[in-house]
Amino acid sequence: MKVLIPSALHSYTGGSKAEADGSTLAAALADLDRRYPGIRFRMIDEQNRIRRHIRIFVDGVQVVDLAHPLDPRDELIIVQALSGG
Amino acid sequence: MASNTEKPAVQKPGARQTLLLVATRKGAWFYYADQARQTWRTDGPHFLGHIINQLVLDPRDGRTLLAAAKTGHLGPTVFRSTDFGRTWKEAGRPPAFAASADGNGRAVDHTFWLTPGHADEPDVWYAGTSPQGLFRSEDGGVNWAPFSCINDDPQYRQWMGTVQDGTPDGPKMHSIIVDPRDAAHLYLAMSGGGVHESLDGGHSFTPLVDGLEVVEGFDPAEITFHDPHCVRLCPSNPDRLYQQNHCGIYRLDRPARRWQRIGRNMPAAVGDIGFPMVIHPRDADTAWVFPMDGTSVWPRTSPDGKPAVYATRNGGETWQRLDAGLPASQAWWTVKRQAMAADRNDPIGLYFGTTSGELWASRDEGRQWECIARHLPEIYAVETAEVA
Repeated sequence: MKVLIPSALHSYTGGSKAEADGSTLAAALADLDRRYPGIRFRMIDEQNRIRRHIRIFVDGVQVVDLAHPLDPRDELIIVQALSGG
Repeated sequence: MASNTEKPAVQKPGARQTLLLVATRKGAWFYYADQARQTWRTDGPHFLGHIINQLVLDPRDGRTLLAAAKTGHLGPTVFRSTDFGRTWKEAGRPPAFAASADGNGRAVDHTFWLTPGHADEPDVWYAGTSPQGLFRSEDGGVNWAPFSCINDDPQYRQWMGTVQDGTPDGPKMHSIIVDPRDAAHLYLAMSGGGVHESLDGGHSFTPLVDGLEVVEGFDPAEITFHDPHCVRLCPSNPDRLYQQNHCGIYRLDRPARRWQRIGRNMPAAVGDIGFPMVIHPRDADTAWVFPMDGTSVWPRTSPDGKPAVYATRNGGETWQRLDAGLPASQAWWTVKRQAMAADRNDPIGLYFGTTSGELWASRDEGRQWECIARHLPEIYAVETAEVA
C-alpha cells in the first residue's frame, strides 16, 4: 500500500512516498521498518504506543489501534502533529 | 578570542587541537580551537532542529562520536559518527525499556547522558535516560540493552518517583561514572532518586546519600527526595567525588560514605545552588561551579542577574568569585548541568554554554572570560575533546 511520510522522517525514506505491506497497521509499520531501519521506533515507543506527536490516518480516518486491519488498496498517511516551538 | 566560520583555525603539524562539542535544543555545533585557543572554527549546525541532549567523543579511540537525539515529533535515538560528523549513522537498537506485557510500561522520552566505558572495555558505553533508566552498549553505541536491576526493580522504581517528581523536562538518570581503576565500580545519579554505587559492574546498586540534605520538611532517609544535579569523580584522585546538588555543593572522600556540604563556605548572598560541577583534571582540590538563584520560586537564573563562576583550590574550604569578562548586570541566564567543561591544557581552559545560547571560554582557569559564540539555541551540553 501507499504510505505518505512526513518531512521529519524523510531522512529514512528519501522522500514523502513509500510502500509497505501488511494486513494490520502493526504489520505495515514493521514492514516499513524492514525497508527503512529505525523508522518505526521514531513513531512507536517500546510499549507499542503511537508517540505523542505522531498521528496515523488510514484513508483519511485517524487510527490509534495498531491492530487495525488494512487492505492493500488503503492509503496510509503519517502526520507529525504540532509540538510547539 | 573570536569565532571564525570561514577560515580554519591555524594548527601546527602534530599538535593536539581542543574541540568543543556543543549540544543544543535545536542541533549541535563543533568549535575547533587554534593552538593558543584564541580563535575558533565553527562546524555546524549538525542535526539542525533536532534536540541534542549530549554529544561525546570517545577518548579511548579519539574518533567515535555519539549524539543523544530526538525531535519534537519523533522518538529518541542515538547517532554515531567516526569521521567527526561528516557522516552519521543511527544506532541499530537505541536505548529503550523492556516491553511490558500490559503495554503500560515506561518509554524512553530522551537519552540524556552518555558515558564512555572503562579503558579496558573499549566498546562499552553507558547511557542514562529520561525517565530514569540505565543502558549499556557493548558495540560502541550501536545496540543498547537495559539494566533491569535498576530500570525494573520495584525499590528503584519507587525511588525514581513519577514524572511529576522530576525536573521540568522529565526526571533524569545522569552522572554515570566509571572508576578508572575498576571497570566494575560505577556511580550514577538520578534527579530525583539520589546517588548510587555499584561494585559489581551494575548487577546491583546501593544508595550513597548520607550527609546529603533534602528540601526542608522532607526526610533525607527517603531516597526519593534526593536530587543530585551533577556528580563528578576527580580524574587525579578517583577516591574523591564532588557533587552539585539541589540542596548544596558536596564532597565525598572514599571509602567514607558521608558527603560533606562544602557549599556552606560559599558567600551567603550567592548560595550553593546550581547545576554544573567541573573538576580540574590534575588537581583534586580544584573545582568550579556556576551558582544560580535557587530561592523563592527557583528562578534558575544567575543570582541578581550577575553571572559568575566560583572556584575552590582547597577542596571546598574557600571559594573565589571569577567573573572578569562576564556581564556585570542584567544577565539572567544560567548554565545547565552538562553545559560546563574543562579541557586538559595547562593552564586549564574552561567553557560553558548558557540557556540563552552563548558559549563562553576562559584560557586561564576562569580568571578571564570571553564569549566565543552567541545566538545559538539553548545550550544543553558542552564537552571538550582533544583531536590530532
